[in-house]
Parts: sequence; C-alpha cells; structure tokens
Amino acid sequence: MPTVSVKRELLFQALGRSYTDEEFDELCFEFGLELDEITSEKDIISKEKGEEKAKGASDVVLYKIDVPANRYDLLCLEGLVRGLQVFKERINLPRFEKIIPAEGEGQRLIITEQTAQIRPHAVAAVLRNITFTKDRYDSFIDLQEKLHQNICRKRALVAIGTHDLDTITGPFTYTAKAPSEIKFKPLSQSQEYTASQIMDLYRTDSHLRHYLHLIENKPRYPVIYDSNGVVLSMPPIINGEHSKIRLNTRNVFIECTGTDITKAKIVLDTVVTMFSEYCEKPFTVEAVEVVCPNGKTHIYPELAYRTEKVKPEYINKKVGISESPSSLAKLLTRMCLKSHVTGNGNHIEIEIPPTRADIIHACDIVEDAAIAYGYNNIQMVIPKTYTIANQLPLNKFTELLRVDLAAAGFTEALTFALCSQEDIADKLRTDISATKAVRIANPKTAEFQVARTTLLPGLLKTIAANRKMPLPLKLFEISDVVVKDPNTDVGARNYRHLCAIYYNKSPGFEIIHGLLDRVMQVLEVPPNEENGYTIKAAEGTAFFPGRCAEVFAKGQSIGKLGVVHPDVITKFELTMPCSVLEINIEPFV
Amino acid sequence: MAPSVAERLLQRLGQPGAPAGLCSLEAAAQLGVDHQTLVGAVKSLQALGEVIEAEARTATRWELSAEGEEVLRDGSPEVRLFRSIPEEGLPQGEAVKLPGGSLGFSKAMANKWVRLDKGAAGGPRVLRAVPSVQDTVQEHLGQVRAGGSLPERERAELKRRKLLLEVTLKSYWIRKGSAFSTAVARPETELTPEMIATGSWRQLPFKPYNFSSLGLPPNCGHLHPLLKVRSELRQIFLEMGFTEMPTENFVESSFWNFDALFQPQQHPARDQHDTFFLLDPAEAPQLPPGYYSKVKKVHSQGGYGSQGYRYEWKVEEARKNLLRTHTTSASARALFQLARQEKFTPVKYFSIDRVFRNESLDATHLAEFHQVEGLVADRGLTLGHLMGILRQFFTKLGISQLRFKPAYNPYTEPSMEVFSYHEGLKKWVEVGNSGVFRPELLLPMGLPENVSVIAWGLSLERPTMIKYGINNIRELVGHRVNLQMVYDSPMCRLDV
Repeated sequence: MPTVSVKRELLFQALGRSYTDEEFDELCFEFGLELDEITSEKDIISKEKGEEKAKGASDVVLYKIDVPANRYDLLCLEGLVRGLQVFKERINLPRFEKIIPAEGEGQRLIITEQTAQIRPHAVAAVLRNITFTKDRYDSFIDLQEKLHQNICRKRALVAIGTHDLDTITGPFTYTAKAPSEIKFKPLSQSQEYTASQIMDLYRTDSHLRHYLHLIENKPRYPVIYDSNGVVLSMPPIINGEHSKIRLNTRNVFIECTGTDITKAKIVLDTVVTMFSEYCEKPFTVEAVEVVCPNGKTHIYPELAYRTEKVKPEYINKKVGISESPSSLAKLLTRMCLKSHVTGNGNHIEIEIPPTRADIIHACDIVEDAAIAYGYNNIQMVIPKTYTIANQLPLNKFTELLRVDLAAAGFTEALTFALCSQEDIADKLRTDISATKAVRIANPKTAEFQVARTTLLPGLLKTIAANRKMPLPLKLFEISDVVVKDPNTDVGARNYRHLCAIYYNKSPGFEIIHGLLDRVMQVLEVPPNEENGYTIKAAEGTAFFPGRCAEVFAKGQSIGKLGVVHPDVITKFELTMPCSVLEINIEPFV
Repeated sequence: MAPSVAERLLQRLGQPGAPAGLCSLEAAAQLGVDHQTLVGAVKSLQALGEVIEAEARTATRWELSAEGEEVLRDGSPEVRLFRSIPEEGLPQGEAVKLPGGSLGFSKAMANKWVRLDKGAAGGPRVLRAVPSVQDTVQEHLGQVRAGGSLPERERAELKRRKLLLEVTLKSYWIRKGSAFSTAVARPETELTPEMIATGSWRQLPFKPYNFSSLGLPPNCGHLHPLLKVRSELRQIFLEMGFTEMPTENFVESSFWNFDALFQPQQHPARDQHDTFFLLDPAEAPQLPPGYYSKVKKVHSQGGYGSQGYRYEWKVEEARKNLLRTHTTSASARALFQLARQEKFTPVKYFSIDRVFRNESLDATHLAEFHQVEGLVADRGLTLGHLMGILRQFFTKLGISQLRFKPAYNPYTEPSMEVFSYHEGLKKWVEVGNSGVFRPELLLPMGLPENVSVIAWGLSLERPTMIKYGINNIRELVGHRVNLQMVYDSPMCRLDV
C-alpha cells in the first residue's frame, strides 16, 4: 500500500479547516485511508540515522497516509485534498478540459519503429502557464516517484519525464539508439556522458541502480530528442539536465514511455489532472499529437469521461441498504463519481472521470456508494444460507490422530515446509536427485531452497534447538511434504506424513516401534501380513545399518522406522542416539 | 524395644507433678542423652502436630577451653612452677623448663611468689618468695565447671587467658501441646494395601501432607499451541456450518494463485520480491481448458460488465509455478468446482492452511504462515451479510468490538478491513480482511450472475501470538520453537 507524506499545515490549509489528529484519523478511516504515522523530517532522520544527523532538519509535522493501491488520484496532497473536499461536499469535482491547439501550433511527439523492441509506447501532454511554489514543485516530483513505484511497477511498465518546454523545441522524437550513440548531460550532472557511461555512473546510485536492468542488455536504449537534437530523457533511467524543470518553469512538457499503453495513459491522466489546477486556466491541459511508427496519430492526454448506468436496486441489494435513487446519486457524487437519476428513477447515470481509472465494473461503483454511506452504518445481517458442514476427511483424520499421539506421550512440533537442499539430501546422506524435491527459483536465503520431502529434518532441528530440555525428548509432527508429480495439473503434490522421534541416551527403537503399534491399534490395523501391517528389515540412508525397517500396510510400503545413522545425528548437531518413524498416513483416510 | 528419646521426653513431661515446662538442655542432661539427640526428638514430635509446644531459646554459657580443662586437672602454670622450685632455688635457665614453663614463671613473678637472684654464683637463680600459694585459678575453673558463677572480674581474666569460652546454646523450652499424649506412635506416611485389608488405618496416625508444594508433573505429550488454535478455529467454522475446502497443494500455478482471482499479471504481488517461484517444476503442465481463455479475455479485454485491465495477457505468465501466497487460490478452485455443478447450491466454505511469502523476516513475519479463510456463496448476499457473519465469527473468537474500514484488494470489491478495539493497546487494530468477490472472478467460472461470494481471511499466527502472549514468532513456529512453552501452554479457549 503506497504511503503519501504531506505537511499537516499545508493539508489543513488546503482543506480550509484544521482537525485534531484523532479527528483526521477518523476521517481517513471512514474514507478508506489510514493515518499511518504522525512524524516530522527530523523524527525520520533521527530514527534512521541517529539524532546527531537530524540536527537542523525540519520539525514541521508530517502526516503519513496509507492510500489504497488502486487510487492513483490520491497519491499527492492535491489529489487527497480534492478527494476529501468532494467527500465532505465542500467542493464539486472540477471538470478537466483538454485544449487542442490550432493546426500546426501544438507539440508533436514522433515515435520511431526502433522503440518497438524495447519500450514501444509513448504519450505526452503540456501544462501551460503553471505556477510552481516550492511545496507544489516538491509535490509534483513526489507524485511522479509514487507513480513510478506503484502503477509504473518500478518504471518497468511506464516511466515519466517532465521538462521545461521553454528550453526545448518540438517536434520531439522518441527513438532507440545504440548506447554509444547517445550522449548528453544527465540530470544534476555537470558534464556529458554516453549512455554506456551513464549506466556505469548509476551502478552504485542507491536509487537509479534499480532501473538499469530494464534496458541494460538491450542493443538499443530508448531516448527522446527535441528538433535540435537536445536529449530530453533516456527513459526509464534519467532525464537530461538541459530541460530540467525549475521553480520558475512556466510550461511543462510531460512524456510517459512504457511497455503498457493503458497504464501509460492512466499515468499521464493522473499527472495532468493533479497539477493542472496550478495552470493559469485551472484544470486545462494542452494536448500533444503522438505519431506512431505506422503513421497513425493520437491526441493525448485522453482525459476520457465515461458514463455508466446502474440500477439503484443493484446498489441497494449489493450493499444491503435501501436508499432512494437520488440519495444514491448524491452518495456517488461525494466519491468523485458525478451522478444523477435518469428516466423515472430507474437508473443512475454515473460519470467516471479520468482520475478514477480504478472504476472498471459496476461493483466498483457499489463500493463507493457503500463508503459514502458509511460501512459502519450498514445494518449487519446473518446470511440465511443453510448448509451442513463437512470436514475434509484427511484433516479430520489428522485432528484425531494428533490427539492420540499426544496421549501416547509425544509432543507436537510445527516445523517449516521450506528448508535447504542440504537438510533433505546431504544431511540425510542422500543425493538431491533421489528426492523428487520441488525447487524454489528465487530463495533469499538457503533456508528456502526446496519444499521438504520428509518431516525428519524439521524434527531433528527442533531437537537441536532444544538441547537444554530434559531427556528423553519425544516429538511428533503430522503435516504435509511436497514432491514432484507430473500427473497433477501443477506438476507437484502434497502427501500428509506422520513423523515421530525419540531422543535419549539409548536409541529406544522399541519405543518408536511401540508407537507404530499404538498408531496401528487406534487405526484398527492388526499386526499381520494379510490385512494388517508388518515391518521388514530394510535399508535407508538416514538409518544405522541393520536398524531400519520398512512399514507395510494396506498392501503398500508406507514408510520406515529405525535408529538414526550416527552421521545424520552429527550433521544435525546432535549428540545422543535416536530413533524415528515416518509414514504416509493418507492410505488410512 | 527400649522407649525412644521422644517417648521418654513425653513421659517426663507427663509425670504427675512435673513442671509446666522443660528446658531441652536440662532434659538432655536428665535423660542422659546428647542435646542434639534430644533436639531431634523434639522436631519429630513437632511434626506430629500439637503433641508438644517447643519454643526456641538461645542462652549463653561459660565453658572451659581445652587449656582450661588442663588447668583444672593439673593446676595453673604458675602454681605448678612454684611447686617445682626446690628450697635452694635453681638457675633461671632450668626454671623455665619446669612444668608451668615460661608462662608459669612470668605469672609467678607477677604474683611475687618467686624472686630472681641476679647476683647468684653461676647466673641468675630463681627462689621461692613465699612459703605456700593457693591455686585460685584452678578453684575458679572448678566453680565454673560445677555450674557456679564467678565475679565478672575473675571471669574476664580467665576469658583473657583463653581458659574460659562463652558459648551460645540453642535450646527449646518444651511444654505439653494441645494434643499431648505420652503414647507416641510413629506416624504413617502413606496408606497401604495392608492397612486397608486389616483396617489398621483406623488406629494409625498419618503424617500430614505439605499442601503448599507443587505436585509431580504428569508424564505426557503436548499439542502445539498454534495447532490448538487451528483446532479451535475449525471448530468455530464447523459450528457455523462451514465445510472444509481441500488445500492440499502448496505448489500452485500463477493461474490459480493470481489470474483466476483477476489479479493482473503486472501486479506487484507477482514480483520476485514477494513470491516464491519454482525452478522445478517451473511451469504447470495443465491449465483448465476453456476456463483459462475466459480468464484471459476478462483480463485483456474485459467482459461481464467490466472494462478489464486492457493489457496483453500471457499464458506463460499464468503457467509459472509458485508456492501459493494465499489459500484464496484453493477457494478459487473450490468455487470453480462449484460452478461446474449442474445446478448451483449455496455453500459455506472454510480452510486453514499454510501459505508462503518471499518477504523480509522479522519478529512477526516468517516466510510461511497459516491463513484462515471463510466464504459464503449464495444468491443475494450483501455487504451487510458479510459484516453480520464477521460479527458472529469474531464473537466466537472472543472479539466483540468490531469496525470496518474501506480497503483495496485486487479480487474483492467492495473490500473491508476488519478492526477490533484492543484493550491493551487502547486502539483499533486490524484483525482481518474481507470483501465480496469481483464478478470478473466469478462469472468466467460459470457461476450464475446473481450469486455473490462474501469472503474473509486472517492469519492463524496473529491471534495465537495474542492468545499465548508470544512476541517473537520464531518461538512459536518452526524448529526454533521453545518446547518448554509448548509443554506449558494452556488449552485454547478463545471465548472466555
């Protein structure tokens, strides 16, 4: 969930009133936001880097507000204030207007076909006669960063570039070139670098190094030039210093390049709808003509308004309320969804503004009506749905069996389903290829290399972590192991195992054997070959030779029991002999 | 058998005309036993209850030191020296070798009993100065020995000469107790089969139990606290008529984990940073034919009244195997099965099982945890129904004060986070997440259009940590568990 940090004073100024922290927290809760933290720059630095470094930092109070991940229109102060003011019916949602310049006077962005292989889409717009202040400017930069981190998916889907239009001359060209052919002075640098040098320059940059991989190994890098060959930006890495926007910038050229055209349009719409309020003609945006490699032209930003028709009873039925159509329309209007009742009250017509890209279905409209009504005002009702409960047979069986094992004097362990390859192979004196283990592609540590194929390592590790406890230790676990199985739809499946261990100064094979007998007794499986269970001498890498037996029941081998091999004991950092039982319990369900 | 010391003591106390109390020291002397032995008898009688009363006392007494005993026997050194000196005297060198030695010589000199003739021929000579002496030191020691007392000055002198020692004596003042009896029987420690058989228990006194100590812990196995809470939650769902869904596949395809839930392929949760993807088997061999193309369509083009996400949906992305990040994938499978029934029947489903997240680990987050999930599928369900069933569920969990906050989940709309008022923290804390499944999820499966599915989820670990007061999740889940905590954990009763 993205977190937006805004200055409390600025927020209250923009809201036209002040709140106590509790009141504002309450307002957030009602609206679906969360006042996560009340802090200051000084506090933040002091927490992260120590009090020493925080000296001199601002102690202006900041609100950190958690915003739902699909509400891009709330990612900056401007949007938050607008949303809350409309919600409180203090203002109407402004209508955003796209101004299309006269023929030949507008800006153009030409996309060349070289971009197709790397970052094929681009959209653009111009904010005319804007007035920045320091706070507005910071918010403008911050919004771009928030968008980059969220909807742009760390610039992979969309990257935003904003430029001082008065320093560059259209038409602009969006193309892709070999890194050695691109040369410019990147933002905040004092000299020119080639694209390859830029990549090296940012390899250690705490922020930009995360984006290098997006283009790094491509033969061509995306780049935008003006008609004089000035580099605007090398998306998605960095803008040029030349066209940098400043506090006194009046005209802003905004370009969004990306691999997802839908998201690029949403991002552009979001930036211009949030900041056009500071233009000389508020809420107007100058359109840019974008020419595709196939010659087709598009006018951006889209700033599309869409109309949806929803029946009032649909909303009432989904929420569980009985509001009149006009009351519902009023509720929706408070959520930035301007609505009115049409016909003879059969429908509500809802206008979805370009700021509400999250509204893709009538259910999204229902939710907004419910939020405006107030979730906590909705009458709670128990569903009349009459059903007979059933347990999953395997789980029901497991629940019964674990109680019997505890009654037999064994204590239940709960170990991880993930472990290292070593745990299920080397440490058990077997090779990983013999395990049919499912392997994880992106483990952050060795602890998460594979899904366990046996419960034994987990129990041995549990004992190793509890060596201070008095002996004997008697543990068991009934849980799932995972093995590859090409016959399932995902290529792997779980098996429910029972594993028990006895750890003491002598191996106590007879105790583990006795536990097996007890388990079979409660399962009503007699000790005989025909219709019961038997154990037969067997080999097992994890077992001491001659002290291992295989368990047969229900006409199949279900597992093994025996004395643990001394090498296994040592590898799990244990010192005492022990014996174990591990069986698959699924045949008994 | 000869009567024991304890019995003899009781007899002495019980004699007609006996004094009301006895000093243990005197009693020991009278009975001719060592004082320690008598004290042992007193203690054993006390253990029987109110037979006697014994009040501890401390007294000081003067005793002769080993040297004092010697003086009492042989006389004081000065007297012994005096008596050894012949009439004619003897050289000083020899005098100090006499019984009494140099100590005796200096004392006799100090008493002026002897004199030293320094001018005598052959060196200084010791001569008697008085005709006879009296050994008062010996006499005084004799008096102490006989139990008499000495004037303070004399006693101090003898103490200074280390002939007398002051000893502290612990003794008891013994009186009859409220249950006094001279007939003391050895108390029995335990009831035996013989006593029962013979009925002898009726006559026998029994040693009292010490009820302030703990009993012996039973030799037993224990269930794990997290799984005790799991059992309790299963029970709650069953009480509410919910049927358990199958969840027996930790490995899941991205299709069921994300796509079927209408979670777009570019969603951050599908990032390598958040999800464990599989190297082997890297891809799911089968996606449900027919259904998967409907899922593809609703993502890329919309439909069922939805705009869709309008991006290029890739089957390769859907095939990618992972360790399920939530059990909602299992719910999707269960709902898909439900949709394939010839005629829709309302259901209430639940599951509790493991899920996996490739997240940073800390005191409250592990790479795997248990998710609790419940859902109701029926015609005409509302948000009010969701809140109603949540209230019932959480009340059974012992959480009654609830409030609901609008939230965003990719697969539910409306969505609501469930908050409860935490008395300890004095604030509202999130206890679960819930919502109404999106039509884009239900309709491609083939569920009837008027069927709504309300669902909620929470983790099993969080309520368990609160219930059992555990701050570090590693002490609860995994091999680093504290087994003592497992042994000691109480039963799981969430509603009391």
